[in-house]
Amino acid sequence: MMSRQVQRVVYPFVGLFAILVLWQAYTQFFGISRIVLPSPTDIFWASVARRDLLLHETWPTLLESILGFALAVVIGVPLAVGVANSRTLNLALYPILIATQSVPKVAIAPIILVWFGLGMESKLAIAFLVGFFPIVVDTATGLRATPAGLLELAYALRASPFQVFAKVQFPAALPFIFSGAKVAVTLAVIGAVIGEFVGSVGGLGNLLLTANSQLDGPLAWAALIWLSVLGIALFAAVVAVEKLMIPWAGSGQH
Amino acid sequence: MVAIANISFDLQAGQLVTLLGPSGCGKTTFLKIVGGLSRASGGTVQINGVDVDGPQPDFGIAFQQSNLMPWRTVLQNVLFPMEIRGENDAAASGRAMELLALVGLQGFEKSYPAQLSGGMQQRVALCRALIHRPKLLLMDEPFGALDELTRMEMQDLLLNVRVSTGATVMFVTHSISEAVYLSDKVVIFSKRPAVIADMLEVGLPYPRTPEIRYSADFTALEHRAGRALGITR
Repeated sequence: MMSRQVQRVVYPFVGLFAILVLWQAYTQFFGISRIVLPSPTDIFWASVARRDLLLHETWPTLLESILGFALAVVIGVPLAVGVANSRTLNLALYPILIATQSVPKVAIAPIILVWFGLGMESKLAIAFLVGFFPIVVDTATGLRATPAGLLELAYALRASPFQVFAKVQFPAALPFIFSGAKVAVTLAVIGAVIGEFVGSVGGLGNLLLTANSQLDGPLAWAALIWLSVLGIALFAAVVAVEKLMIPWAGSGQH
Repeated sequence: MVAIANISFDLQAGQLVTLLGPSGCGKTTFLKIVGGLSRASGGTVQINGVDVDGPQPDFGIAFQQSNLMPWRTVLQNVLFPMEIRGENDAAASGRAMELLALVGLQGFEKSYPAQLSGGMQQRVALCRALIHRPKLLLMDEPFGALDELTRMEMQDLLLNVRVSTGATVMFVTHSISEAVYLSDKVVIFSKRPAVIADMLEVGLPYPRTPEIRYSADFTALEHRAGRALGITR
């Protein structure tokens, strides 16, 4: 019997491998065209053969995602602090926040392109827009969910409002902030790709569209796989920072 | 609604006084008013002739929940009051280590609360309540959430800590034996609106050991408290 730890590592690979084998068998057995559905080996060899191109196009998408996400954190967290602590700000801003969230980001992408052009700025803006909401909502929720007992303790010790925020509310909200950040970072990649789809001169989304229009199935799929890897890598990076910043939360939560 | 009516008693420095009463009788509210955490709708609380109208710097409080911060280590939790007061210096750390040793938690300074049992967490909370050498320690059913054996251990621990710190203690509980075991004086609250149903001067000698629980004097006091609460006749 394998230990549970080993199972956690091995089973996902077994599942993945099974799907790849079925996929490979299906495309070969039925002679599916590479344009329609390239086989896993086709995609693998395309990834290897075109690695310089793929790598080159990864940087803009990576940068757009990271900067858009960073912007969402830098603007979203302070805004959430305001919304959580001020009734006025909450009443004034929350409906607008909900309203902006309900606008489909794909629908405003063309408008943002008109404002910011074909370059990186427009992708960054869209990545920011999609990542912003979960960060604000989760941070505000976390700040409001400070355990009453801790607030009472701080009151009994005559802590200043700033001390209450910095030493009680904010640390208590960190796990919430990180769960928002984990959602936001994967959304930021999607936002960057949406931007590249609507109009761009580079990036993995751009490459995917180009390869698709040239009926280069293996390259389009390779770009798709690289995009997923990019999303997973960014997610893992946020999880790593989370583990570093809130070691007390333990691994049981994830 | 009046939760508490006409409660008045004196608390001498260095005494341990227990407020005993049924759940919901207002003893916690009373403790919070004494601690300046709640306002009374009428009446005054005076400590050494000074009105209590808000949290006092020389009070220490321990709650029913340990209220430890999960992101702080044991030592950092104990030092939290000193940080808030801006007195988090080497002397404070030294005192925190002494207190932790006193409650049997040496070696756990760097642990996080989640790694400790409920009883250990309450011991950390007790150290935190004592770190700034409070003149009055207010305790709101601090052992209420613990199992019976841990609870008895914690009672002995509190009595030891009181000897080494000399703090005056006001302790809320709904356990008759806990009240009698710990206290110099037991103030028994009736149901709402609470009035003082009885006041026991315990008079059993300190240091108290668990054997005393089975003495005739102890049982007699428990019996009298039970009568005041309307449980026994």
